[in-house]
Amino acid sequence: MIKIVNVSKHFGSHKVMNGLSLEIPDKKTVVIIGRSGCGKSVLLKHMIGLLKPDSGKILVKDRDIAKMDTVELDDIRKHFGMLFQSAALFDSLTVAENVGFALTRFTRKRPSEIKKLVKEKLALVGLENVEDKKPAELSGGMKKRVGLARAIAMDPEIMLYDEPTTGLDPIMSDVINELIVELQKKLKMTSVVVTHDMKSAYLVGDKIAMMYEGRIIHEGTPSEIKKTKDETVKQFINGSAKGPIQMLG
Amino acid sequence: MIQNSFEYIGRKVTGFLFEAGRLTLLFGQVFYWTFKKPSEIKSVFEQMVIIGNKSLAVVTITSLSTGMILALQTGTAIERKISGAANMLGGIVSLALTRELAPVLIGLVMAGKIGSAIAAEIGTMAVTEQVDALKTMATNPVKYLAVPRFIAALVMLPVLTIYADLLGTLGGLFISLNIFDGTSGGYFESLNMYMRLDDVFKGIFKTVFFGAIIAVVGCHKGFETEGGAEGVGKSTTASVVISSMLILVTDYILTAFLW
Ligand SMILES: Nc1ncnc2c1ncn2[C@@H]1O[C@H](COP(=O)(O)OP(=O)(O)OP(=O)(O)O)[C@@H](O)[C@H]1O
Ligand SMILES: [Mg+2]
Repeated sequence: MIKIVNVSKHFGSHKVMNGLSLEIPDKKTVVIIGRSGCGKSVLLKHMIGLLKPDSGKILVKDRDIAKMDTVELDDIRKHFGMLFQSAALFDSLTVAENVGFALTRFTRKRPSEIKKLVKEKLALVGLENVEDKKPAELSGGMKKRVGLARAIAMDPEIMLYDEPTTGLDPIMSDVINELIVELQKKLKMTSVVVTHDMKSAYLVGDKIAMMYEGRIIHEGTPSEIKKTKDETVKQFINGSAKGPIQMLG
Repeated sequence: MIQNSFEYIGRKVTGFLFEAGRLTLLFGQVFYWTFKKPSEIKSVFEQMVIIGNKSLAVVTITSLSTGMILALQTGTAIERKISGAANMLGGIVSLALTRELAPVLIGLVMAGKIGSAIAAEIGTMAVTEQVDALKTMATNPVKYLAVPRFIAALVMLPVLTIYADLLGTLGGLFISLNIFDGTSGGYFESLNMYMRLDDVFKGIFKTVFFGAIIAVVGCHKGFETEGGAEGVGKSTTASVVISSMLILVTDYILTAFLW
């Protein structure tokens, strides 16, 4: 379980999080929605200790990740998988080396076994025969899916997805949504999904949380969110230009 | 106005001190991980090959022309007073090369060639979140990226300097034979007379430090890169400037202690 308590974070004079609290229950999927630039990626990076909060706590398995030293961080990070918004593939390595990165480094599996596992994970995200390609040879959506295959390679307990379906065609989006649901069901993963794609949010989320002006202003199950009276949330999920959220500012 | 300029100077000074502090810190970490657990052996060899491939041509041109220029300049100057300068050239060229010119020139050329490449590569990884991705996969970027480059530079700089010593000496011989009517016997005799083996060793020893500077500064600038492609450009330039300065200063200090 991840518990974020009263976290604030600023860059320069810009306050991105302002007393934000959120709970990610064990073995559940929480979807975070919010406007572009509101700080969703920043929030995800706090959960895995890539960014440190100015104040507040981030508890992972009841321990504050912001206070860990590098050795402890490495230990806890072995329980995590993270899909970056930009995929963040290692461009000096092939697709197979990217996906097999953690397997090669942290398991004693033989190369043939790793090769088989890599193929399996790639198949899960709808890719085949790309093992020997370099990331530069892939399309944006393919990179994203290789990034996803790399993140799930070690079957982590906790998965952080930063916009898993952005840049994918509608069919592939659906494949990825089903994969997220399936991973959570079969492997009992705890997942956090950042997305702009409301269809995906309703499909994969046990809980949906909306981030706005540095806080979580509303959270609930998909059906609760659909029926919400909150004007801000309503405006966001219906995607309308008129409402309390101003275009500028 | 006056307050502003003091503030400006103050900011520059603290900025410099912080940078020096972080650079030292990274150096400490790299050093620690180099001896702590020597992993990434494959990566070390890869980096050595990369350095060798990238720099063979520039080192060849640099050292050959330096040896030739050295012979030409000193030869012409000596001939003004004494005839038969060719017989002294071997000593002069090899001494100047092995003690000073080969180490420092190779250091500077490699700062431009290898240091910048390290800063650009790691800088690109930093701004495209690849360094973050390494961390999320429980992999220490210093250990995975910096240490192999550090060890490779530590080994390759001396190797390339030995090569430059040899080639530069041959360049001097070429000039001695063709411009000053010298003999190869005379050239090597004077080389033998003036040069001691410890000159060569001390010169090579200096380049171990230059290699360390090039790798650590390149990695430091790379890891600190922010702001996309523009940031990568800035880091690359800064890494070359900083490591060149450090090489020259270190060269003076080492020379003062070694001889
Ligand atoms: N390393 C950083 N340094 C300075 N500012 C940053 C940094 N990272 C993020 N920010 C700022 O924090 C804010 C939130 O960024 P973030 O990437 O979290 O947005 P986001 O909600 O993920 O947006 P999107 O949906 O477009 O991905 C932005 O205003 C951004 O400029
Ligand atoms: Mg984002």
